[in-house]
Amino acid sequence: MQTSANLVWLIALPLFSSAILLLAGKRANSWGHVMATIVSASAFTIGFVEFIAMQSRADENRAVAQKLFTWISVGSFNVDASLLLDQLSICFVLLITGVGTLIHIYSIAYMSHDLDRRRFFAYLNLFIAAMLLLVLGDSYLNLYVGWEGVGLASYLLIGFWNQKPAYATAAKKAFVANRVGDVGLSLAIMIAFATFGDVSFAGIKEHVEHASSTQLTAIGLMLLLAACGKSAQFPLQSWLGDAMAGPTPVSALIHAATMVTAGVYLITRSNFIFDEAPIAQLMVLIVGGITLLFGAIIGTAKDDIKKALAASTMSQIGYMILATGLGPIGYAFAIMHLLTHGFFKASMFLGAGSVMHGMKDEVNMRKYGGIGKFMPITALTFGLGYLAIIGVPPFAGFYSKDKIIETAFNAGGMKGLALGIATLLGAMITAFYMTRVVILTFFGNERWGHKDEPHESPALMLIPIGLLSIGSIASGFILSKGEGLVHWLEPVVNPLKEHHDEFLPPIVVSLMTLTVVAIGILIAVSKYRGDQLAQAPENVSVLTKAARRDLFQDDLNESVFMHPGQTLVRNILNIDYLVLDGLVRAVGSVSLTAGSRLRSLQNGYVRSYALLMIIGALALIAAIWVVTA
Amino acid sequence: MLIAPSLIYSLIAPILIVLGGALIGVLVEAFLSKAHRAAVQITISIGTLLLALQQLWRIRDLSSTTAAVNSVTIDKAGIFLQATVVVLALVAVLLIADQENFVAQASAVPGSNEEKNSLQEKSQQTEIFPLFLFAVAGMMLFPVASDLITLFVALEVFSLPLYLLAGLSRRRRLLSQESALKYFLLGAYSSAFFLFGAAFLYGYSGTISLSGISAAAGSANNIFLLIGIVFVSVGLLFKIGAVPFHSWTPDVYQGAPTPITGFMAAATKVAAFGALLRIFYVGFAQEQTLWRPLITVIAIITMLFGSLVAIAQRDVKRMLAYSSIAHAGFLLSGVVALSKDGLVASLFYLFAYGLTTIAAFGIITLVRDSSGEVTDLNRWIGIGKKSPLVAGSFAFILLSFAGIPLTSGFIGKFAIFSSAYKSGYISLVVVGVLSSAIAAFFYIRVIIMMFFTDPVNDSVSVVIPSVKSRISIIVATVISIILGLMPSLLLNAATTYANFIK
Repeated sequence: MQTSANLVWLIALPLFSSAILLLAGKRANSWGHVMATIVSASAFTIGFVEFIAMQSRADENRAVAQKLFTWISVGSFNVDASLLLDQLSICFVLLITGVGTLIHIYSIAYMSHDLDRRRFFAYLNLFIAAMLLLVLGDSYLNLYVGWEGVGLASYLLIGFWNQKPAYATAAKKAFVANRVGDVGLSLAIMIAFATFGDVSFAGIKEHVEHASSTQLTAIGLMLLLAACGKSAQFPLQSWLGDAMAGPTPVSALIHAATMVTAGVYLITRSNFIFDEAPIAQLMVLIVGGITLLFGAIIGTAKDDIKKALAASTMSQIGYMILATGLGPIGYAFAIMHLLTHGFFKASMFLGAGSVMHGMKDEVNMRKYGGIGKFMPITALTFGLGYLAIIGVPPFAGFYSKDKIIETAFNAGGMKGLALGIATLLGAMITAFYMTRVVILTFFGNERWGHKDEPHESPALMLIPIGLLSIGSIASGFILSKGEGLVHWLEPVVNPLKEHHDEFLPPIVVSLMTLTVVAIGILIAVSKYRGDQLAQAPENVSVLTKAARRDLFQDDLNESVFMHPGQTLVRNILNIDYLVLDGLVRAVGSVSLTAGSRLRSLQNGYVRSYALLMIIGALALIAAIWVVTA
Repeated sequence: MLIAPSLIYSLIAPILIVLGGALIGVLVEAFLSKAHRAAVQITISIGTLLLALQQLWRIRDLSSTTAAVNSVTIDKAGIFLQATVVVLALVAVLLIADQENFVAQASAVPGSNEEKNSLQEKSQQTEIFPLFLFAVAGMMLFPVASDLITLFVALEVFSLPLYLLAGLSRRRRLLSQESALKYFLLGAYSSAFFLFGAAFLYGYSGTISLSGISAAAGSANNIFLLIGIVFVSVGLLFKIGAVPFHSWTPDVYQGAPTPITGFMAAATKVAAFGALLRIFYVGFAQEQTLWRPLITVIAIITMLFGSLVAIAQRDVKRMLAYSSIAHAGFLLSGVVALSKDGLVASLFYLFAYGLTTIAAFGIITLVRDSSGEVTDLNRWIGIGKKSPLVAGSFAFILLSFAGIPLTSGFIGKFAIFSSAYKSGYISLVVVGVLSSAIAAFFYIRVIIMMFFTDPVNDSVSVVIPSVKSRISIIVATVISIILGLMPSLLLNAATTYANFIK
């Protein structure tokens, strides 16, 4: 494999920059954001150069590696800190640094009034570094470092405004949910090490046929748990909605375009395990299917624009996870949807940020209405993102989502039918809730209830949105042209071993999809056209109420895990206090009593001491006499 | 007609040098003016000790049973023990040189005008230096003495100066004098036991030499042997403070001037254990079925008693006194082991424990209020915040006493318990570990008081020590730390030198 000395700079540059920003303190206030943005752009440049170089090489020579240092060397267990840039990771590198740079630029304007802007950029750079390490690590252990790093950055950024207790709680919630997933990843690494004696991707891939299916299933399920935590998949999805407490650029970058897709990356990267572990793969499908509907249903009832988009993110990642569960054919479509989603979801989040910027940080869509005419550019770009996500041709989402639905149907049998229907249903609900968001925000009566008219955002914010919108329009077409991405990724994900019969001709699937999308739009238009109230209606159906409460995800977590957990901890604490501490205290008090009793022997009189000595001496003689006689 | 004894001067030179230094000290007291005495005496003491150390180094590979007719046996273990005494004395003399702890004029009645005058004149009782050197000489002779009479002489030579020194505290003089008197009375009493036991042993074997007693094993009249062993043991167990012959320890440790307490606690233990090891390893080795159960029981009682009663103490010097009783119990495990391992462990333990003890008492001299040292533990609360370095050193010393890993105390305990275990005395190991756990409680309580309890407004302060005290405390603490981190330095030496010849 070829080596490249450039890879380390991808990570080192943002990492150093982050450290400088955090250590320099207020001195860096005036130039910190500029440096952070330049560093991010430099990382993108490096990635782009590597991409061009990679394209010019033959398929099998495209991957490059760089060994940094020997990290762990204990007996037969050797782990190098090494980086691997192959066809899969380059997609992520370009997405992370590209979208990341645009969001850096956007944030300069968005955060300009925040006193802590420098710290914000430091965390953003930290995130970029950690995320790049995650996708560049050549072993699960190196990946794990990045995995934890992005978790940390996510935690810090969700709680960026931690002066508000609710935001701090949201950060904690994200952290805890992610810990559950992280346990999965660490267990997966341990099982992998126990099975293969190795934790590198290449090493495990090479020996995968020597492992039993039980071991592979265990590793696969643990990896899936990890993916559920990081990618907000059922049943660890509950943190993502609250994560919207972070500044909107963070929601766009971390909680829409990049970090939350790490689970998709993990499963795709581990394709050699999942392909041999059918049970784990089935679980992947089930998790993806449930989440894509779960997120979509929640999305229909949210009045907070960011939470509606977050629910949508959850649902779209559900699509990707489902696609990875479909085996070799699905990985490429999952990655394709991941990339297109990265563009259109980021652009919509930044659009939402732009709306909030013009609306005094209002997030409730019930208090929007008719904003389109005040913020035409934002409305246009948001509209492009909207068309992309619901899958209207020729926008990006059409190509990627259509492929997933088609592949789901082609999975064959009842499984294929169920998955196909679920994905179709998801597409319909997506069309419904996205139309609802667009209507409530940009059309209809003005409901904001104050005289200040919304204003369009500054150019520094609009330019990144515009660039992302180009992605919303064109990325799907480009990536799917001549099955470009599919062939590009073939060396990483095992090429097709078996070919499923087509359940339905592609054109039929596309038409079906477009039909259900149209139905979804029509329902939304008929329901939300005309004037709306500024308050959410109270007399709504049970289903709406459930969706507003996030389908009771928090109630479930609290009653099943949190309360029993707290009770358990309280009881253990009591046992610790009463039994263990009690024992210790008992020993202590017995010793103390014995000590003070014995102390009375020490009365200060020489005559008593002398008496004690002679008694002692005589007792010794007597004792030995008895023993020896 | 008396024949002049033949002495191998080169082998007993270290002892003779210290004795000579002491005699010169007496002459200095007689002929030199008061103003110069202190400086000259310190110089003589330090010079003498360094010279003795140099002589010990010179004879380190020599050995003889006839260094002074048949009364002194110079061998490897003896030289190691002598060197330990001299090193401890060197560290202690720097603390003793800090006159702040000693009475200005010992003959002045406490509270009298004479006392006030002597304080105003800044008089100094410089006789402490020759007394100190006499004690050191006795301690050097004790572990190499190979007959019962020489043992008795050595015992008295190092005890008598200590009785005096114990009464020379500058403050709380009545308490100090009382403790000195108690120490003297009980010491004389225990010496009588020793002498009585020696007589019985002579009656049993017809000889006073240890090798002769060993050779007489198996002869009749076991009751004489039995009484002899017990009474000689009582004399020695008294010196090391084993229960039930320990009663003087807390009172004397508390009353004596703190530097003397430190010296006594460290060096007396080395000398007395040296003699005890020689007597039991050389003289009574054949009779082990008699004395091993006896010493085992004493060791068990001593460990438990010392650890338990230390918990109830409120005075730091008394607490350390009981802690030293417990340590005597641990050290007795090495005697019971009766093996090369036991001897190695004992030699290591004595050296490491001695240094740590001197450092501990050295630090106690630093904690004072307007009327002198503060030994009430309740007033040590919060010292860690006022003087982190001093309190940190003391905390380290306490951890070493407790036997926490990475301290010399841990290595010592580990070595000594494993030797007892190898010799089959599992009960000793179990009780030893248990009482170590109990002991850890009161050591750590002091650490908590110093660092984790909010300081009350109190006039207690830590004085900045004089250069001499500082050197003493720093040297003792640093060597303790090094021995904890690199115990092999001393363990190897102890292994090489753990050898008694008969």
